Amino acid sequence: MLLIKCPYCGDRPELEFAYGGEAHIARPGAQDQVSPEQWAQYLYARTNTRGVHAERWRHLHGCGRFFNALRDTTTDHFIAIYEVGGAPTAIARTHEFP
Amino acid sequence: MQLFSALKLLKEGFSGQRGWQAQWRSAEPKPRYDVVIVGGGGHGLGAAYYLASEHGLTNIAVLEKGWIGGGNTGRNTTIIRSNYLFAESAALYDHALKLWEHLSQVLNYNVMFSPRGVMMLAHTVHDEQIIKRHVHANRCNGVDNEWLTPEEAKAFCPALNIAQDIRYPVIGAALQRRGGTARHDAVAWGYARAADALGVDIIENCEVTDVLRAADGAIEALQTSRGLIRTRKIGVSAAGNTSVIMNKASVRLPLESFPLQALVSEPLKPALPCVVMSNGIHAYISQSDKGELVIGAGTDAYVSYTQRGALHVNTHTLEAICELFPRFRRVRMLRNWGGIVDVTPDRSPIIAKTSVPGLYVNCGWGTGGFKATPGSAHVFAWTIARDEPHPINAPFTIERFRDGYLIDEAAAAAVAH
Repeated sequence: MLLIKCPYCGDRPELEFAYGGEAHIARPGAQDQVSPEQWAQYLYARTNTRGVHAERWRHLHGCGRFFNALRDTTTDHFIAIYEVGGAPTAIARTHEFP
Repeated sequence: MQLFSALKLLKEGFSGQRGWQAQWRSAEPKPRYDVVIVGGGGHGLGAAYYLASEHGLTNIAVLEKGWIGGGNTGRNTTIIRSNYLFAESAALYDHALKLWEHLSQVLNYNVMFSPRGVMMLAHTVHDEQIIKRHVHANRCNGVDNEWLTPEEAKAFCPALNIAQDIRYPVIGAALQRRGGTARHDAVAWGYARAADALGVDIIENCEVTDVLRAADGAIEALQTSRGLIRTRKIGVSAAGNTSVIMNKASVRLPLESFPLQALVSEPLKPALPCVVMSNGIHAYISQSDKGELVIGAGTDAYVSYTQRGALHVNTHTLEAICELFPRFRRVRMLRNWGGIVDVTPDRSPIIAKTSVPGLYVNCGWGTGGFKATPGSAHVFAWTIARDEPHPINAPFTIERFRDGYLIDEAAAAAVAH
């Protein structure tokens, strides 16, 4: 079981969290201006990274808040935890949520 | 190829077992192939075998970064069934089941296919409605399936606890009698041996590091850890690592890779005559011919390539098993392991051409690909050889996600995936 550091509550067991999938997938635009290809990419296509993966977690059975994480999918080690809307690369260098 | 037979076994028994040959060559990669299959599991080896045996192509290589059958083919719980809800799925999985029935004879290799029956349990009214819908849909599609009362289920599987005072009592079950199990390793080895005999090069310890495309975008070559291999056709059959290969060809797929775990107990005398599954409480159990209880657990929640998962996932499954089979409560577990499964949003596979000319993909089998091995391999070989899908895999495209033609077995199974 993963030990996940919620940026608001600290280290908690994985069972308290819900996984939110790949992070930074932005809605492609207004519905009438989005092609079926773009819509399918947004809804379904995923990078499925083997390596450092940016992903969303939610501390469901805790504070209930969403946050992002960088995790190495070849080791399951967390590299960084950062706020929703934050940039993954800048945070990755600090290895800590502020 | 040295044919296996009872006579040969007897002969070798009298001559100290010294006459057996290696079952396939350890091939060196050639500079050019007509088709390269990436992934030496059952699906990939099978595709190579059918390309050679049914489509007349023999200049084929199967590239495997590890060893043959060392991925999900050797890690699954060997359940075979075809009782899927939708007509498209029923056709695909039943195609596979019909090939399983004669696979040992066709390959001259005992894959130990054992149609011992697969029973799926219902614990709630909702389960009962869903499962009965499956039974009726299956029968309309020519797939055998029948509804059993708890007493009939217990008669078929005497170890089952049908007490009505447990948390999730058994209120009925669906039984597919043609379903069962097979020896997973033998499937990989049997296909490898038969393909090798037809001239297919099986190249182990060969990892694909890049996919090279010509100026017109078509497939040109593969860069591998054992050198450059030129080819105009690539069939990717790499299970959990499919996205890794396809990303190298700039094709982004609707796939996520998750760890899926399984475990086996110490060997017991025969105690479980069939396969028992409960989608509702995530319990999947059968007994191998060695006597081990073979138990499938669920997937972990997050994307991972580690081939291991968390113990709480196994615990959850074992709690369900202990309630359904109280006699197994004191059985000790011997080994547990994980595999990486590639899951699509609708839990149906993709067996299709891609937007890149010469690049074909067979993926998205998620938590249940073993059962489909011969059928999947057969229609994938067709797709590669003819550059068009077989009617059976025609619905299993990538474009179905764009066009809204999902084959939504995820919703149909009512499983908390």
